[in-house]
This record gives sequence, C-alpha cells and structure tokens, in this order.
Amino acid sequence: MAIEVRIPTILRTYTGGAKSVEGAGATLAELLSDLDSRHSGLRDRLVDGSGLRRFVNVYLNDEDVRFLGGLATPVADGDTVTVLPAVAGGGR
Amino acid sequence: MLTIAADLHDKIVAHARADHPDEACGVIAGLAGSDRPERFIPMLNAERSPTFYRFDSTEQFRVWREMDERDEEPVVIYHSHTATEAYPSRTDISYASEPGAHYVLVSTREPDQAEFRSFRILEGVVTEEEVRIVAGGPGPGRNEPIGPPVGHQEQPR
Repeated sequence: MAIEVRIPTILRTYTGGAKSVEGAGATLAELLSDLDSRHSGLRDRLVDGSGLRRFVNVYLNDEDVRFLGGLATPVADGDTVTVLPAVAGGGR
Repeated sequence: MLTIAADLHDKIVAHARADHPDEACGVIAGLAGSDRPERFIPMLNAERSPTFYRFDSTEQFRVWREMDERDEEPVVIYHSHTATEAYPSRTDISYASEPGAHYVLVSTREPDQAEFRSFRILEGVVTEEEVRIVAGGPGPGRNEPIGPPVGHQEQPR
C-alpha cells in the first residue's frame, strides 16, 4: 500500500505525463519530499518558504488540507492526495 | 476558436449580470477531448469581490471529481470583469492553470451590453480567439457521450 497522489494536467511534466503517482510519508511534508526524490521540481511548485503555495489546493481524500494541518497533516497508506491548481484571477 | 451554444452563452452573461458588481465565475464542462462545452456549472466566487475571483476550494474539488467520473474536462472557464474590459488581467494570466481551457471573459461594465470574449492562456501568453455562437439548447445531443452535433446547426448571430 502507498499513498496515491493525483496530479493536475499542468504539473504532469514532472511525472512523465502520469495522472497519478505513489509516494510514502507520515505527513504531507514527508510525502512531498518523497515525491520530489523521483519527480524533481514537483515539490517547488506546491510549496514555498512559508508552506503550501497560495494558489495550489491540496486535498487529503476529499478535504482541503488547509482545514486540516497544512504540511503537517498526517497521511497514511491508502489515502488519496489530490492536487488542483486554484482557479482564480480578477479585473485588477 | 470557441464554438458555444447560444443558451450557454446566455447563461454565462446572466450569471455575470446577477452577481454584478461582484465578479462571477464558473465552468462549462464537456467530454474530454471534444472541445465542446456542454454542461453549465456556475461556481461560487469565494472572494465575493468586485476585483477578484477564486473558486471555493471544496466546491472545486467536488466539481473536478464529478468531471473526472464523467470523463469530462473544463472546456470553458469563465469569469466576469465588472469595471474593466473583457481582457485577461495580469492576475488572470499569472493564475491561469488549465492549458486546455478556453478562458471566457465577460465585462458587465456597460449595463445594457455585455462584452463576451475568449482566450487561450498558455505559459503567460494570451491569444484571443474567435467566438462562434451556434443555435442550441437543452434537448437531444446535450450531455450525450458522443454523436453528431444534432441541434447545433450553425446560425450566425
């Protein structure tokens, strides 16, 4: 068992085109580091110095991790993590 | 080029008018790879702002999963500008994250006339495209997996 991570179209350049990849870790932060060891550069697109990037949504199963514990959110085998770029913009 | 049925065009404009002076936003889903917008999905603007929009993250998750299950994709992503022209702002360009989508902008700055334009936004580059509005409404062909575009006869407007 592992943790399934679903990757949006715009980030599939880091996964060789794969829609989902697998990783391991006890927290979201560990999972992202594990993924980055095989998909170099992916972590940087999701995280900056202060935590998750503002315009990236990361979900553990069906909940936004911002409402859980952010990068410290515990994850476990069998979980699904979904990454979606926020849809945002505006007139100014 | 964006080809869109008249009723979907009208629904986007009506949503933009209804939420004015806040920005309205949403998606029209279509079968993956078809480039045909079919299913109108108005979204909440989590920012409830006249100058900014952002999909509510929980609603977005639900809608994106539903599209996935139906083998759909966001063919159109629309939002309104309420005081400026229907052209992607710097903010729009920097956050554009669906390389396959038609980004539709509607301006509601004029009360009696809506500006409706469509763009591709790829790696920071904006390309305006022609919008072709065709006859069409709820009925046969809508939400069918694949098939000839019955009920979508071309009709210049």
